[in-house]
Amino acid sequence: MAKAYLSIEGVGVTFAKGAARSEVLTGVDLKVDKGEFVSIIGHSGCGKSTLLNVVAGLVPVTTGAVILDKQEVNAPGPDRAVVFQNHSLLPWLSVRENVSLAVDKVFGGVKTAAERREWTLHNLELVKMTHALDKRPSEISGGMKQRVGIARALAMEPKVLLLDEPFGALDALTRAHLQDSVMEIHASLRNTVLMVTHDVDEAALLSDRIVMMTNGPRAAIGQVLEVALQRPRDRLAVAEDPTYIHARAAVIEFLYARRAA
Amino acid sequence: MTFPKPSFSPAEPIAAQPVVQALTAPPPPPTGETRTSGLAEVARRASAIAAAAIPPVLTLLVILGVWQMAAGDSYVGLPSPAHVWTDSKDLILHPFFDNGGVDKGLFWHVLTSLKRVGMGFSISAVCGVMLGVLIGSNRWAHRGLDPIFQVLRTVPPLAWLPISLAAFREAQPSALFVIFITSIWPIIINTAVGVRNIPTDYVNVAKVLRLSPTEYFFKILLPATTPYIFTGLRIGIGMSWLAIVASEMLLGGVGVGFFIWDQYNASRISDIIVALAWVGLTGFFLDRLVALLGHVISRGNAAS
Repeated sequence: MAKAYLSIEGVGVTFAKGAARSEVLTGVDLKVDKGEFVSIIGHSGCGKSTLLNVVAGLVPVTTGAVILDKQEVNAPGPDRAVVFQNHSLLPWLSVRENVSLAVDKVFGGVKTAAERREWTLHNLELVKMTHALDKRPSEISGGMKQRVGIARALAMEPKVLLLDEPFGALDALTRAHLQDSVMEIHASLRNTVLMVTHDVDEAALLSDRIVMMTNGPRAAIGQVLEVALQRPRDRLAVAEDPTYIHARAAVIEFLYARRAA
Repeated sequence: MTFPKPSFSPAEPIAAQPVVQALTAPPPPPTGETRTSGLAEVARRASAIAAAAIPPVLTLLVILGVWQMAAGDSYVGLPSPAHVWTDSKDLILHPFFDNGGVDKGLFWHVLTSLKRVGMGFSISAVCGVMLGVLIGSNRWAHRGLDPIFQVLRTVPPLAWLPISLAAFREAQPSALFVIFITSIWPIIINTAVGVRNIPTDYVNVAKVLRLSPTEYFFKILLPATTPYIFTGLRIGIGMSWLAIVASEMLLGGVGVGFFIWDQYNASRISDIIVALAWVGLTGFFLDRLVALLGHVISRGNAAS
């Protein structure tokens, strides 16, 4: 097998606070191919967000390594754009400025000012947010904020897009809309995506593979499930599909029967 | 006094519309309807202003009345409001006269004091924000400097004056130093708190974007701490106004503090009362000015 695009190799993370040490992750191995959509699911506190932050470079590894496109990850960078759980838009900037801050930083030397403006608009179009360009984050809804967060991440043209429970704080209807948007964007751009979630339906609907984590401390990968559903997926049609039903049942069985919190 | 009730009257929906139109389009020809709506709008504004202005004016009148009764007609001790008016009418009505030397209207004294505060406070704002950022972002700077600052900030403004005079040997820089040293502490402390409270999310965004330290300072740190900085600046400007009046009493020359001391030596208590009103009002406007500035700069995000 060829070397994977994103490779997490024997990663362990231990947090030390004074003399107290807590081992959060241990021996995590995961290979993600280019264009693949992989979800990480597990109970709260199992270290799934820590794993995502390790890939982002925000948390240093204690053992092992993360290799992306043949290069070791040891610091945060725009090639691994993160969509944070609580959108983390800068409240003093407008929607457009939040995205252009990223675009100007990443493409400052490569694209002209006009090209960068165009690219900012293009990414806001992808998430259907061009109607609120000059609004501030406080003036738009939670779902819209998360759309802008996704646009900002996409605008960096990352090698891998990291989603940290991106829809966790949204109501069910808004969440469904955003999931559809993410599927559309993934279908057209073929990004490599790593998503942390605690929503079984979300994982089964969006992912090519679902990575199930054991409970922390000393969390590890318990099982990896392939979701062999054809794309594009439609949430109504898929609900009746035996593959989908089986995937859902397998994840629920793992989470609640074998690894009850 | 009665005002038209704003709701439940049948004219209300018609009343609201033409006013909005008048802002965007040329005003429609005056009909009976628009005139009443204009009047209703004026009445509503007037009632809002009256609701804000009448209580403080009434309170002031009550205070003056009690004071008048308590002071009575005697010329000994504190003069009554009526005496203040007869004694200091010139001072109240002519704030802009200038007979050379220190014989000037109160406006000029206040202006001199304001200039000193402006200079001293500007220096302390710049230094305070820089030191606050240092303490807020560097753990060792915090451990080293914070205890010292916590001790120094409790030293009363006037206690600095002798040291300052000994060091600078002149009145003007000494006054500036006292303002500086008085107003810098709340600015440092509030800025440091603001820097330490920058949400982790913003820091992570900066890390993912690989912002340089300069970019981080101007694009994340400064806007995120602006509300805290302006809280510090507002406390600071109030304290520097306290310090200037006190230090001018001792330093002499021109300035509202000196004026008060000079009138005390001349036993013109009425003039002092007029000067106090000037000091209070100026301090109030300084505070409002900094608050307004904070509101404009942080685009409405600052705590007011």
